[in-house]
Amino acid sequence: MNVPKVELRNVSKTFFGARRQIKALENVSLSVEPREFVTIIGPSGSGKSTLFNLIVGLLEPDTGDICIDGDVCQDRISRVGYMPQRDLLLPWRNVVDNVILPQEVLGTPHEIARKKAFELLPLFGLDEFADAYPFALSGGMRQRAALLRTILSEKEVMLLDEPFGALDALTRKELQDWLLGVWRKFNQTFIFITHDVEEALYLGDRVIVLSSRPGTVVHSLEVNLPRPRRQGMVALPEFGQQVSELLEKLGVSI
Amino acid sequence: MNDPSSSRTIDSALRQPEARSTPKVLRWSRDVTPPVLLMLFVLATWHVVSLRSGLSAFILPSPTQVLQAAWETRDLLGPAIGTTMIETVIGLIVAILLGIAFAAAMDFSSFLRRALYPILVTSQTVQILAIAPLLIIWFGFGLLPKVIIVVLVCFFPMAVSTADGLASADPDHVALLKTMGAKRSQIWRLVRLPSALPSFFSGLRIAVTYSVVGATIGEWVGGSAGLGLYMLRSKNALATDQVFVAIVITSALSIGLFALIYFLERALLPWYYSAQRTEHWEGTGIF
Repeated sequence: MNVPKVELRNVSKTFFGARRQIKALENVSLSVEPREFVTIIGPSGSGKSTLFNLIVGLLEPDTGDICIDGDVCQDRISRVGYMPQRDLLLPWRNVVDNVILPQEVLGTPHEIARKKAFELLPLFGLDEFADAYPFALSGGMRQRAALLRTILSEKEVMLLDEPFGALDALTRKELQDWLLGVWRKFNQTFIFITHDVEEALYLGDRVIVLSSRPGTVVHSLEVNLPRPRRQGMVALPEFGQQVSELLEKLGVSI
Repeated sequence: MNDPSSSRTIDSALRQPEARSTPKVLRWSRDVTPPVLLMLFVLATWHVVSLRSGLSAFILPSPTQVLQAAWETRDLLGPAIGTTMIETVIGLIVAILLGIAFAAAMDFSSFLRRALYPILVTSQTVQILAIAPLLIIWFGFGLLPKVIIVVLVCFFPMAVSTADGLASADPDHVALLKTMGAKRSQIWRLVRLPSALPSFFSGLRIAVTYSVVGATIGEWVGGSAGLGLYMLRSKNALATDQVFVAIVITSALSIGLFALIYFLERALLPWYYSAQRTEHWEGTGIF
């Protein structure tokens, strides 16, 4: 049997505030196979971002284990690439200097890092904007730059936290298709948070549904759509069926 | 590019700062003309009042008399300006370095922040006029006491603004760097220092405008040279026109330093100023 790329066993996390404590996650168990594209969906406040901060290693769970590649359970930091909701491009660096940031942190010589970046810029539609500062870019371009930065961290696992949440619907669809292309090309394992049911189904091999606080896994759904995905597939009856199934699990009356 | 619907497609949404409708020279003259006009108006009014009001030149010299006084005392003014500028620049450099050091220390540990902040505030509340004679007694009539006064005056804005700048670093940027495995020193160099630059320069602009005045106060209280001494002697001789000369030159030096910092800032932080410009609606054709 395959060793799961990412595995969480009975993970719980509670935050202690000034007056009260908030139980963010309770007994979360899930595993993600190598090169799988898993989407995680849940109502706001279901601890999705906490889940990512735990997997990345910014936080440690109160109870339970989080393992990468089966054996890296401690010191997970810098084992996974993380793309947060906000693009978080550094405003004082142009596009190239932003995307080589993870390489720079790892100590890769500047020339080599820049060379790698320039090779990938065209794929990300950024070749003409290598020297542009982030303020001059559109929202979609900024997200693509942020994803390129994550890809260039050269990790086998990518965590994407609602990367398209702030984009308009059209740009969003464009970027979804393009993201699937990137996923196929780089053979990485993707975990993608969203609170858009259709986006979760359209992108994922599998959709994991979290409950509202304290977040726990209430459902896991194998997506019933062939690859490669096409935007037209959202009109298929099985797509509609799975949308209702997910909405039901999320507690939305249909 | 100006058609708003074209920004729908992802790549065409790049805003080009240089594609603005007003040419550069025009914009420049638009910025410069109003203050120049106002200055000319004030000078003209001053001139007319001093000539027509019957006030003696001892009370209110006219602008031309001030100019004349400057010309007549040019042999004194040259070295005086030199002395004052040397004190100012040395004091400023020391204040900048000390300010950065204090800010870094306060950013580094909250214990140091609590320890240093009251000292910082106190340094700013100390009466310069009271402490200046003391400094003269301790350190003599030379360069050192004036430099100390400049440092006292300029150090506070430098330290506070740099500390605020360091603290203003986006915690999400810091977290992102951590996920990349960055060490504390890397986070400092890659995120915190650059985030602090705009605020650092705001402090520097305030500091330079205080610095020349600080130096001249030191010279006034106990100097063997410099614009402050020139000012003091002119006042004692009731040479009002020369007092005006000193005032104008002190201001001009401050403005010169301010302008220098202003241009330095724009050259070093293009990302900051261009971003501010696009946030305003200039160039969209709306205004």
